[in-house]
Amino acid sequence: MAVDIFYFLVFPGLLFAGITGGFLSWFDRKITARVQFRKGPPILQPFYDFFKLLLVKETILPKNGSPLIFLLAPVFSVFGATMAAVFILLPLFNITTGFRGDLLVIFYLLTIPSFSYIIGSLASGNPLAAVGGSREMKLILSYELTFLLVIAGVILKCGQQFDLDSIIKTQQAASPFIGSVSGVLLFIVAIFCIQAKLALVPFDMPEAEAEITEGIFIEYSGAPYALIKLTKYIMLFVLPSLLAAILLGGFRLEGINILWSILKVLGIVLLLTLIRNTNPRIKIKQAVRFFLIWMNLIAVLAIVLIAFGY
Amino acid sequence: MDESDRGACNSIDCFWLLKTKKVGFKSYCFKKSLWVFHFGGASCNNCDIEILDCLTPRHDLERFGILLVGSIRHADVLLVNGSINKRDKERLLEIYKQAPKPILVVAIGACGCTGGIFAEGITFAGPVDKIIPVDAYIPGCPPKPEAIIAGIVKLVQKA
Repeated sequence: MAVDIFYFLVFPGLLFAGITGGFLSWFDRKITARVQFRKGPPILQPFYDFFKLLLVKETILPKNGSPLIFLLAPVFSVFGATMAAVFILLPLFNITTGFRGDLLVIFYLLTIPSFSYIIGSLASGNPLAAVGGSREMKLILSYELTFLLVIAGVILKCGQQFDLDSIIKTQQAASPFIGSVSGVLLFIVAIFCIQAKLALVPFDMPEAEAEITEGIFIEYSGAPYALIKLTKYIMLFVLPSLLAAILLGGFRLEGINILWSILKVLGIVLLLTLIRNTNPRIKIKQAVRFFLIWMNLIAVLAIVLIAFGY
Repeated sequence: MDESDRGACNSIDCFWLLKTKKVGFKSYCFKKSLWVFHFGGASCNNCDIEILDCLTPRHDLERFGILLVGSIRHADVLLVNGSINKRDKERLLEIYKQAPKPILVVAIGACGCTGGIFAEGITFAGPVDKIIPVDAYIPGCPPKPEAIIAGIVKLVQKA
């Protein structure tokens, strides 16, 4: 019991994932700044933001909405992200527990933050938040099927094993799945799914700050917004780690391989940041079409290739 | 030493005092991440463009953790520019009430600080500090981005 709470709160859960995600968030902002020929924020900037929101700012409750649900939604989102972090990072760091990281459980846990954002935005009683919430719903409807197809492809590729632990072991025994044609196709699809899950720029319509002024988060201030920021940091670490686990062969924790493990996550975040910085925001209709037609097509093609053994 | 020199000396002394003054963890975090909400009154757009210039590569205010946010609920600094006429006054008061405290208010440009050439106008409802408390004034028509950065630095030291 005590060790479970340690897993959830300290390593690899809340504290570890939050701190690593904070540094990755700084990396993301710094790369963005370098792309735009700026200097960028100092390395501790995400933590300044978080503690300022948590400790200094006032929390304002909506008058026309439901204050309880409005306040509970960020707590649920942190909970979902942390649970996903625990279940993804335990197999990655080769810690054996009773639970071996079932991919379907991870898939459902990863959707909890998005659903919490929707509930919180609809509970705030703000029309712009409602617009953001409906956009987030449409975005979830479009990318979830594609993400499930990617996971199905990975499961097929490693001989119908559902647990993350044996997927990583299979790749480490032979070669990473990205070394094949179908692996490359799955990687491309998964990168776009992660981009949509993190609501980064081509798919940031739920929180478009120019048109609906942060959309789903418009009414949040103070400590609840700090929790949302924490969720975003954790997700920025967890989703690239999941991708590293299912397609890039996971982490190895001895000698020089630690460096490669870090570089895998940094490389994926770099890719996400570059996509974010070189694309405009698209309309929700275009996003649905992009995922439901093109990305699903590529994912199905990859699955067919896997069935033929490529 | 004449009067003006002594003034300069005093301000430098104050600068070092503020630099070495012990600050708590909370106010340190607050100073390091000021998020800015931009309220444009009946502006001629010159100040707006100079404010946006501060966020461009040449002056990059994100170095100091300053971000432009879209919602007043996330803001720590309320930038007000342009002359405030009778209609803007209601909006400005409402925006100020919606902001989570602590909030710092900065009046930018001659119109925001004093009213400028509109001070005698029939629809003019007073400079910003007659409507809401102001923490820093950045005069100029429009102020250069360097002047805005200098004003922000003084505001950070005051906060």
